[in-house]
Amino acid sequence: MEEKEFSFRMSEEQRTMKETVARLVKDVVAENAHDMDEKKAIPPAFIQKVWELGATVSVVPEEYGGYGMEHSPIMNTIILEELAYGDMALAIAATLPSLFMYPILDGGTDDQKKKYLPPYCGASYKPCTVAINEPRFKFDPVSMETKAEKRGGTYVLNGKKCFVPMAKDSAHLLIAAATGGTNDLFIIAKENPGLKIGDREKNLGAYALDTYPVILENCEVPAGDRLGGDQGCNYGTFLQKTRVALSAIGTGVSRASFEYARDYARERVQFGEPIAFRQSIAFMIAEMAYEVDAMRLMTWKAASALEAGRDAKREAYLAKLYAGEMTMKITDYGVQILGGHGYIRDHPVERYYRNGRGIAILEGMTIV
Amino acid sequence: MINLEMTQKMIEIKNGMNGVAQSMLRPISRHYDDNEHQYPKELDVFRSMKIMSRPKKKKKDGEEQNPDKPGAKKPGSNLAMTITIEEMCWGDLGLLLSLPNAGLGNAAIIAVATDEQMEQFGNKWASMAITEPGAGSDSGSITTTAKLDGNEWVLNGEKIFVTCAERCDIAVIWATVDKSAGKAGIKSFIVEKGRPGFKLDKLEHKLGIRSNDTGTYVLDDCRIPKENILGSPEVKQSTEGFKGVMKTFDNTRPLVASMSLGVTRAALDFTREKIEESGIKLDYEKNPNNVSSLEKEFYLMEANLEAMRLLTWRSAWMMDNGEFNNLEASMAKAKSGRQGTLICQKCCDLLGPLGLSCDHLAEKWMRDVKITDIFEGTGQIQHLIVARNILEFSSKQLK
Ligand SMILES: Cc1cc2nc3c(=O)[nH]c(=O)nc-3n(C[C@H](O)[C@H](O)[C@H](O)COP(=O)(O)OP(=O)(O)OC[C@H]3O[C@@H](n4cnc5c(N)ncnc54)[C@H](O)[C@@H]3O)c2cc1C
Repeated sequence: MEEKEFSFRMSEEQRTMKETVARLVKDVVAENAHDMDEKKAIPPAFIQKVWELGATVSVVPEEYGGYGMEHSPIMNTIILEELAYGDMALAIAATLPSLFMYPILDGGTDDQKKKYLPPYCGASYKPCTVAINEPRFKFDPVSMETKAEKRGGTYVLNGKKCFVPMAKDSAHLLIAAATGGTNDLFIIAKENPGLKIGDREKNLGAYALDTYPVILENCEVPAGDRLGGDQGCNYGTFLQKTRVALSAIGTGVSRASFEYARDYARERVQFGEPIAFRQSIAFMIAEMAYEVDAMRLMTWKAASALEAGRDAKREAYLAKLYAGEMTMKITDYGVQILGGHGYIRDHPVERYYRNGRGIAILEGMTIV
Repeated sequence: MINLEMTQKMIEIKNGMNGVAQSMLRPISRHYDDNEHQYPKELDVFRSMKIMSRPKKKKKDGEEQNPDKPGAKKPGSNLAMTITIEEMCWGDLGLLLSLPNAGLGNAAIIAVATDEQMEQFGNKWASMAITEPGAGSDSGSITTTAKLDGNEWVLNGEKIFVTCAERCDIAVIWATVDKSAGKAGIKSFIVEKGRPGFKLDKLEHKLGIRSNDTGTYVLDDCRIPKENILGSPEVKQSTEGFKGVMKTFDNTRPLVASMSLGVTRAALDFTREKIEESGIKLDYEKNPNNVSSLEKEFYLMEANLEAMRLLTWRSAWMMDNGEFNNLEASMAKAKSGRQGTLICQKCCDLLGPLGLSCDHLAEKWMRDVKITDIFEGTGQIQHLIVARNILEFSSKQLK
């Protein structure tokens, strides 16, 4: 195979996709993100618009109802950054089916692919979700308290999950649990009697995204619904892909805060001149600019490793760590540059600040 | 198409240069730090190598590809240079700066010299003298003068902090031919060592990069041939000429950023070695709050080094692709100079007593790396350049 050139330049296809998503975001959410946040809901029509880009379905092979196009983690980071630039809640909600479907595509058995992919490849968006996070101190996706125990032909799951997006409307959930030494993902139907979806959560950020706690009480899952069957799945790779995706979201949120603060600082006059004429403001803006770029480049770097089919453990971990730290710093600068006005919900920097806190804390909310 | 996986060729350059740094620079690193200003004779072997040269004219389409491996992708010369410098500075920054015939002056000559000047000075080691006691960051305010007298320029003034001041063969000196013209009057001149009126006044004792000879030049009615001016002698109304000179920095800032990368990685590599020797395994998977603070600090530093490198490589890659990189070059240097300094300090912290003792190089790296946030434009000046670009402000609006 011919080696790929080392390059920072988007291909025609990548640029076109970026522009398409950017336009969609501008038309659909730019004016509405504030309202969505206040009303704590994303109009389904907006999600459907993103769905119609076809990014999720395009990579599913034709036999399972998709278009069989090449799966590109880099392309997905580009899409996620643009969506999150518009609104983080929308970015997570609209790409949620990918989070459920990609792991099945990557590591599902033939039966699992046949059963679970086609229903989600339709022209209309249908939520299906993933449960990773647990509501406890020191949560770690690689040492979970949700346990799966094998009893004959079934697995019995016990534990609590939180921040499960759109769980109420999802017919299927992919749930992470520790199975004596390995970490696994289980496909569980919502009707399963051992599964209970709690009341909608109230969180610091992404108000518009409805998330739920999920409680598993002796929840019996047929062994055939353990992702990958007897072999299990590659949970590490799954984690890498979700970490890269969260970095892309952090980049988008940070860029939104940076651009808003930059434009504000050019206009806002105090002491007879724009506040950005002062170095202490201008240098914050400079820092925001190169840190947004650095975050994006680290995201691309990890995505490049994934795209090459290489283990991206280190790159994905560092990208998320960096994006987590920097998103907090940049969105904080965003509020600070607006001063008291930045504290008022009329300006989006307030929302970016709340949303940005999630990048470091959350795991497995979105995927490339 | 975006792809940030290193190519085989890039890895070859990296490994090759790391071998050189490991075998030639590391073994003498401490010695020349202890013996400030002593000439590192071991580097003489580099004299015959053309480290810096004019890029060859592009061949016609089709002829370009390298013959050895079909399909192998060669990095552009600037990207290759950033990789080289990182590896060499992983060996020793002061010694990298002391490589014969590879001074900042050489970069300036390569950029603007005529063919005749290339013939005459191309093989000489050239320092670059801009800074004066009264003109540092504000390089447009220099007061060294050059006056045409018949067929000679007569130079007067004082230049400080000149890298390789003693070792070089020639110096590229910035002087004004017309003070009233401001920046437009600033030109650069080649002054050979040994010209009457040109004196190396003193060498500085420094925090770091002690193996390098930083010195002061005094020019006292120093006469040089008329042909020794670099670029056009004409004083134009605009500051285009000065801007042209400043453009050289768009090329060299990624290189200074790479210097920081090299020293910083040296410090991190050593710290990692000690962490692993102590039995801790860095697994790059656990919640970073569930590991020791030592591990989390290390991960954060590693992430920052990665960020520094990607910003730097982007700015060099843009140059290779003929893109204007003024903003990106300053971003790379702003981030790398500052962050490299912080990381090398932190490594000493994590290393504890090993970070203070001169039995190890970590304390030296902390001293060495600091210069990358100072020369060729301080961190603050880089932030100014970035901010003016981003905000679309002039230097009058954002001072
Ligand atoms: C080891 C070494 C090697 C060097 N090599 C060379 C060489 O080869 N050739 C050469 O010409 N020079 C060389 N220099 C000089 C170097 O480039 C200058 O020291 C540097 O540009 C800063 O100038 P200064 O020291 O006069 O500091 P100043 O310009 O006096 O700056 C002092 C402080 O004020 C800040 N500052 C200045 N202006 C502003 C502003 N507008 N806004 C905000 N902050 C500002 C600076 O960032 C700095 O923190 C070298 C210096 C050293 C130490």
